[in-house]
Amino acid sequence: MFDSLVGATTDTLSCVPITLAADAAAPLIDSGSTAWMLMSSAMVLLMVPGLALFYGGMVRRKNVLTTMLHSFVAMAIIGLQWVLIGYCLAFGTSWHGLIGWNPDYLAFNGISHTALYGDKHVPELVFAMFQGKFAIITPALIAGAVAERISFRAYVIFIVLWSTFVYCPLAHWVWASGGWLFEKGVLDFAGGTVVHIASGVSALALVLLVGNRRDYPDGAIMPNSLVLTLTGAGLLWFGWFGFNAGSAVAVETPVAGSTAVLAFTTTQTAAAAAALVWMLLEWNHTGKPTSLGVASGIVAGLVAITPAAGHVKPVWAIVIGAVGSVVCYFAVQLKARHRKDDSLDAFGVHGVGGMWGAIATGIFCFIPAAGLINGGGFRQIGLQLLGVGVTVAFAFVMTIIIGSIVKATVGLRVTDAQERDGLDITIHGERGYHL
Amino acid sequence: MKLIIAIIRPERLQAVQDALQKTLDEGDNYRLTVASVDGHGRATGEIEYFRGQQVRTRMAQKTQITIGVNDAYVERAIDAILKAARGTEGGEIGDGKIFVLPLEQCVRIRTGERGGSAI
Repeated sequence: MFDSLVGATTDTLSCVPITLAADAAAPLIDSGSTAWMLMSSAMVLLMVPGLALFYGGMVRRKNVLTTMLHSFVAMAIIGLQWVLIGYCLAFGTSWHGLIGWNPDYLAFNGISHTALYGDKHVPELVFAMFQGKFAIITPALIAGAVAERISFRAYVIFIVLWSTFVYCPLAHWVWASGGWLFEKGVLDFAGGTVVHIASGVSALALVLLVGNRRDYPDGAIMPNSLVLTLTGAGLLWFGWFGFNAGSAVAVETPVAGSTAVLAFTTTQTAAAAAALVWMLLEWNHTGKPTSLGVASGIVAGLVAITPAAGHVKPVWAIVIGAVGSVVCYFAVQLKARHRKDDSLDAFGVHGVGGMWGAIATGIFCFIPAAGLINGGGFRQIGLQLLGVGVTVAFAFVMTIIIGSIVKATVGLRVTDAQERDGLDITIHGERGYHL
Repeated sequence: MKLIIAIIRPERLQAVQDALQKTLDEGDNYRLTVASVDGHGRATGEIEYFRGQQVRTRMAQKTQITIGVNDAYVERAIDAILKAARGTEGGEIGDGKIFVLPLEQCVRIRTGERGGSAI
């Protein structure tokens, strides 16, 4: 019934909710939007096991469990950190646009389950849960860069610190009402800066601290199962509909409305274009259309469209996805020249794809601001570059600081013998595969 | 002719292949067969944990390479494997073993050649 409130003044039912609202003076829950937010939250969480499979398939068989565990343990650790303090720091009352703080948000203690989020007619708890899934997957993305040699203990400590001191402030700046980049008008629909640039750049910074794998680049480091990787890529694509279309919660009432549908459409279109372009590029370049190429293209396209999803028309999503694949493809090739062992290409795909997507948003956006091609001039591109620059600098410097602290205290790497024999058996006491 | 069977650490395979290649004349290529095997020597296998229970798997995962070698190359091949297969300087338990067996006959299926030229 609540749906009739929106844009339907001629509807005969419209008088009913108005009376109700006047009586109770309490805003109403829109069940459709709430259902979509619950669904989206679950879908974004599904991306985390998806990422575990995606990354887990690409490492050697002796490291499959530790690599998958990087994603799974983020669900446990950040899943808790977010409830205890993360949400408070990211979405609490803004302190000079720099950080959030609201004691009521600690451990969600003061958030009534009946309280609504802003003017969105969905419970605040569903918004907090939705955002929490983003907080979980972001540090897990970093893990791919340092797979097969980072110490599990160091990783656990690192993600707690990183999420608290990098992710939460960034999410506040870009997404929270009162956040300084948000107030300036930087657009990031679903996390091009906060999630992808932040994790990609931090991944690169962490590689510099951790160092390359002992067998890189001279040893043959082959994936244990691309079957897992493809399955993971499929789950990521599916979950990404929640990631992007659910992010309509930031801009529209009702949440499950036209912006959500626009984001859904651009997400699908960009991923398809990117997968195709990566495949064709590689086919032309090496003569082989590989399955890992298609999987990488899917992720590159999804990353690129993330900041733009609810801001651009589907036809431009084709361009964003296609160009996203091209830039990520060459970024990944470039790695071989620089000999920096970003093992599973967290920077090459998420960092580079995220930067392209953020800038592309300024070129192609039509709502809520006009981008370059829609008569808005270079204003939005300038804002987007500000967002990119701030995120790159902040994430890089903070990761170097946090990583150095962890390195100086517990150390970042496993021993050479542990790395040689595999982290699964030496750290976790298990093997992923037996006879 | 000898048959060399070497059990090595999986991660040393590439180094062993490279070392074997270096013992050959320019333009020639090593022929070898590789298998993933499980077993144990003096090392007592690995300790794993399953649902809280400590399980000692007697077996450790190893790689077995098998090569047929003409007599002139036997010592060179052994030396190459010996140096390349050691996990650390000086070697340690678990580095593996090399078996050298007399090889009675060798036949190249494609041509039917026999003996040393078929190796």
